[in-house]
Amino acid sequence: MQMTGAEALLEALRREGVEVIFGYPGGALLPVYDVLYDTKDIRHILMRHEQGAAHAADGYARASGKVGVCMATSGPGGTNLVTGIATAYMDSIPIVAITGQVPTFAVGKDAFQEADITGITMPITKHNYLITDANELPRIIKEAFHIARTGRPGPVLIDLPRDVQQETIEFKYPEKVRLRGYRPITTGHARMIERAAAMIDEAERPVIYGGGGVTASDAQAELVALAEKADIPVTMTLMGKGGFPDDHELSLGMPGMHGTAYANYALHEADLIIALGTRFDDRVTGKLDTFARRAKVIHVDVDPAEIGKNVKPALPIVGDVKQVVGELAKRVKENKHPEWRKRIEEWKSQYPLTWKGEGLKPQYVIQEIWRATEGRAVIVTEVGQNQMWAAQFYPCRETRQFLTSGGLGTMGYGFPAAIGAQVARPDRSVWDIAGDGSIQMNIQELASAVAAKLPVKIAILNNGYLGMVRQWQTLFFHDRISHTDIAEATPDFVKLAEAYGAVGIRVTEKSEVPAAIARAMEITDRPCMIDFHVARDENVMPMVPAGGTVDDMLVD
Amino acid sequence: MKHTISVLVNNRPGVLARTAGLFSRRGFNIESLAVSATNDPDISRMTIVVDGQDQVLEQISKQLYKLMDVIKVLDHQDEPVVTRELALVKVRADANSRAEIMQTVSIFRANIVDISETTFTVEVTGGADKIDALIKLLSKHGIKEMMRTGRIVLSRGPRTA
Ligand SMILES: Cc1ncc(C[n+]2csc(CCOP(=O)(O)OP(=O)(O)O)c2C)c(N)n1
Ligand SMILES: [Mg+2]
Repeated sequence: MQMTGAEALLEALRREGVEVIFGYPGGALLPVYDVLYDTKDIRHILMRHEQGAAHAADGYARASGKVGVCMATSGPGGTNLVTGIATAYMDSIPIVAITGQVPTFAVGKDAFQEADITGITMPITKHNYLITDANELPRIIKEAFHIARTGRPGPVLIDLPRDVQQETIEFKYPEKVRLRGYRPITTGHARMIERAAAMIDEAERPVIYGGGGVTASDAQAELVALAEKADIPVTMTLMGKGGFPDDHELSLGMPGMHGTAYANYALHEADLIIALGTRFDDRVTGKLDTFARRAKVIHVDVDPAEIGKNVKPALPIVGDVKQVVGELAKRVKENKHPEWRKRIEEWKSQYPLTWKGEGLKPQYVIQEIWRATEGRAVIVTEVGQNQMWAAQFYPCRETRQFLTSGGLGTMGYGFPAAIGAQVARPDRSVWDIAGDGSIQMNIQELASAVAAKLPVKIAILNNGYLGMVRQWQTLFFHDRISHTDIAEATPDFVKLAEAYGAVGIRVTEKSEVPAAIARAMEITDRPCMIDFHVARDENVMPMVPAGGTVDDMLVD
Repeated sequence: MKHTISVLVNNRPGVLARTAGLFSRRGFNIESLAVSATNDPDISRMTIVVDGQDQVLEQISKQLYKLMDVIKVLDHQDEPVVTRELALVKVRADANSRAEIMQTVSIFRANIVDISETTFTVEVTGGADKIDALIKLLSKHGIKEMMRTGRIVLSRGPRTA
């Protein structure tokens, strides 16, 4: 069938099952937007900043498990995507970003709105393409989606010059992808799995340490089966949260800098660590040489480059977490570790995850949101204290229920990602747990959410500070609060919400919290922003200082 | 420790930038680099000399494999290989020194490929040690200009990458 490059793009997206594009138009994308004018089966959500479009595609991908798609024009459109692409890259999230580009004959001439976006995004994409011939478009789109979603997932960018969008081609969508240099290993080596099972059978103090790979491979059922059969406590990283039910009796919560004391103690005393789809990030390990030094490590990851990058495992298994854990669950012996479990229970009662004091505490707000949503909301976070409290005080039972920028730590991620998540999960209440600083980084997306009638809830834990940075200044820089007090010029969030046509609610007393949340839950046709004026000087605890060990852990 | 690796890549625009970018971004140092087409027009071959412990090499190789355009990575550490570098050296050559330079060049089985009133241009191929040695000898006459290629390597025997 004959069609233009722009039509071919939409047709290829259709073949890939794309339901929604988060985008923002511009000169270099005019031919594509002209096709979108008549497109009914693919929804386009107009964002108000390209960064928002990238985060929304990312939030959609995390919430649905499908590939998210965002689109931006050349030059500033593309560069505005960069933070969102880098965020997705660090957390291995499958998105396809499509950028307009100046016509091929103008490329390299510093044409109006030209930026070398493939050059710029080389280090933050799994792969990228500049299409110079429209005949290659179907193959490239096919490859891009394949690369984004298989192996270790990640963002792929496609740069599409304007003249290529207008060329006429004979459209033929390839059935298969042929990539000579790309063959992800998804099936774990059977003998290694056998050996791993034997190590698990012999361990006296085993701990499973799971990460984003558990989410990516959708391995919750297999993981629960393994943990229960072999009686192994499980700690899930920020990226893995929900991959193992937080309310399970074997759950240790999150490890690392702001993890639970008992998760950190358990890792410290373990004789075997089964690391699943996780990369021994410095926020988890603290000082590497002392991390879990009593333990042998089994490391399962689909990305061979992660194995041995930070920690040299006793047993490496390259493969898909779901497949490998499924096999392990079959092969391990039924087991019990009563002494180990008892030790952990002691830690749990000695160092419970809690907070002190009355008043309108941020932790209380999150707990109330959890109560009101029966623990079933999709929680998206910004970055800072809000993020850590959300992780600590909103227990999740399901995979893809907790979306956060773990690797890059991108303030401004939460709200646009919540928009994407709400599009993916119209059946669920979606909450952005926000800070007063972070929310101002992509506040313009209120307009997108209002226009798309998305009932996203934004809970601002308004402490008048860039709180997490303030916390570090308090603890490690002699309480010298340098440029982190933002209270003075914080906007009136209620008026701001109303100005956009959203609902705004202010809460200044603890007693008002439940009613405010209940009111927000009733709104179904527009976003609702609740401005919680929480206790200003609260710190996130426990805390293992950067590069520290469990012995350095602060508990309050 | 120095390692010489061969990297087979798709012969496409941008592949060199992707590969070189990976080295600098991950803090790996390239000591020398040579790239060319191969007998297969779809494939280019790079020979890269890097300095690093075995563990670093393993990381480099794994990270390289993550690039879509990288087809094969070969560390030539434990195998017999043929390695060559090429240098062109423009050396000052006056009536007094010409004979000596010519003799040196012939001992090294190098060639004089250009002559002027005051200079010779010497072409030499071989391993790095041989080229270093010749350059050292020529330098006492005064080297005016020189250029060395990166190392290139093939495995000995019938083995191919
Ligand atoms: C884009 C970006 N800029 C700067 C930072 C550094 N940073 C981390 S947390 C934080 C403070 C966040 O403040 P707020 O959103 O109010 O959250 P709080 O910690 O107060 O809950 C800052 C500035 C960041 N993570 N991202
Ligand atoms: Mg704040």
